[in-house]
Amino acid sequence: MARPMQVSRYWRHFREKYMLIGGKCENGHVHFPKRSVCPVCGSREIEEIELSGKGKVLSWTIVRNPPSGFEYYKPFPLALVELEEGPVVLTQLTDVDPEEIDFGMEVEVVTKKIREFEEDGIILYGYKFRPPVK
Amino acid sequence: MRKAVIIGAGMTPVGEHWRLGLRDLAVEALLKAMDDAGIEKVDSLYVGNMISGPFVEQENLGALIADWAGLGNIPAVKIEAACASGGAAVQEGVKAVLSGLEDVVAVVGVEKMTDAWPSDATRYLAYAADAEWELFHGASFVALNALIMRYYMKAYGYTEEDLALFAVNAHANGAKNPYAMFKRPIKVETVLKSPYVADPLKLFDASPVCDGAASVIITTPEKAKELGVPKEKWVEVAGMGRAIDTISLASREDLLTLKAAKVAAERAYKMAGVEAKDIDFFEVHDAFTVMAALSLEALGAAKKGEGAKLAKEGQIAIDADYPIQTMGGLKARGHPVGATGVYQTVEAVLQLRGEAPSQVPDAEIGLTQNIGGTGSNITVNVFRRV
Ligand SMILES: [Zn+2]
Repeated sequence: MARPMQVSRYWRHFREKYMLIGGKCENGHVHFPKRSVCPVCGSREIEEIELSGKGKVLSWTIVRNPPSGFEYYKPFPLALVELEEGPVVLTQLTDVDPEEIDFGMEVEVVTKKIREFEEDGIILYGYKFRPPVK
Repeated sequence: MRKAVIIGAGMTPVGEHWRLGLRDLAVEALLKAMDDAGIEKVDSLYVGNMISGPFVEQENLGALIADWAGLGNIPAVKIEAACASGGAAVQEGVKAVLSGLEDVVAVVGVEKMTDAWPSDATRYLAYAADAEWELFHGASFVALNALIMRYYMKAYGYTEEDLALFAVNAHANGAKNPYAMFKRPIKVETVLKSPYVADPLKLFDASPVCDGAASVIITTPEKAKELGVPKEKWVEVAGMGRAIDTISLASREDLLTLKAAKVAAERAYKMAGVEAKDIDFFEVHDAFTVMAALSLEALGAAKKGEGAKLAKEGQIAIDADYPIQTMGGLKARGHPVGATGVYQTVEAVLQLRGEAPSQVPDAEIGLTQNIGGTGSNITVNVFRRV
């Protein structure tokens, strides 16, 4: 596959992927990631909002045949997590026994390595979600 | 307004064509369709294809295929709408004819997938998802559909066994189709015993990676008469609709409604002047078993949450009220992604001409539904016997 040499491509989303920055329109609709146009009301008056990173598992799967580049991590759990503020985020789950994952399970955000590239050494980081650390 | 009729159809068998390349497959299907119509020239060519660039390092498919099929200096372009590229290409062809700009149009759908490593194929298919917010996290296409499948089962209390019935039905019909990749019936146990690809989705809940091409020739009834194509061969394109939904699954308002299919179907039904109950067979996009269930609901054949119930009640077989996947569907015929919508069209034509290997008795109106992405780009076409 093509070498991912464009650091800028990954860098430009670091605030969303490291800090979970989303958008909130003038009418209070919250979405993630931030868009130019509110998907609910069409408003273009959008401000940034830092999401709490707390949510619940809506649905999940165990990825056993991942796309190339993710072979090293297989099998890994992938989930749709509904955040406290409303938006749903697609994310890997981490630090969890796959058998314990269930509908409504509480999870919180953590920054982790998503992937690394052998050829030129770029390492991608981003959010994953895990059961809350007590 | 002008009317559009399909006067020729052709396809290659679906499978792992190690000795044939993308151009061989496309040209073979295209020439078969032209021979079927008995014509030697077309005004233009529309190519349905999803990902030839990554798969075989070839774009500019309009020029490639028109050139190698000997069509001369006609206009020819590729139409891309993920796995719905084929259905979209048929619609662009029909639009060209209806507009009056072109009289005889060829459409070919083609995909060559088996030249790639499996994990690369998995990656390329995920290009139809959101690169930054889905593929970035290692989501495969199968995984995204697995998230929908688990949610669907939980919401309505269905089991893996219930959804397996869609695969069993597809294989039962595919067994009779000489062009199908899998020409053998299977049992529910076959599906349940197959390995998980992305739990709860198993290998036999999913359509295969494969190669194939299909083609149709579209014109007006007047031109068809002028060309001397016998009327028994005509099939009217009665209605069309196309719509999009959010590209990423996480942004979906309702995970269990194929909104794009609903909107597309409403448009197609309105244009054709029919309702869901008038449709004699449904070629739905069963890339995954759960998608067959959601599609039946979005198309109005079943109430919300009752798509899988239709399968449980035996209503999706050839001789039942809502026959689906009459020649095997994506599951058994095979799913060469950008070609699938054209295969569905060819199969609808065969049904409406009364030439299908597993014929729906007295079929007069048929529907094809082609899904791109996880429901993000959907075409619905309605065909009627002339
Ligand atoms: Zn808003």
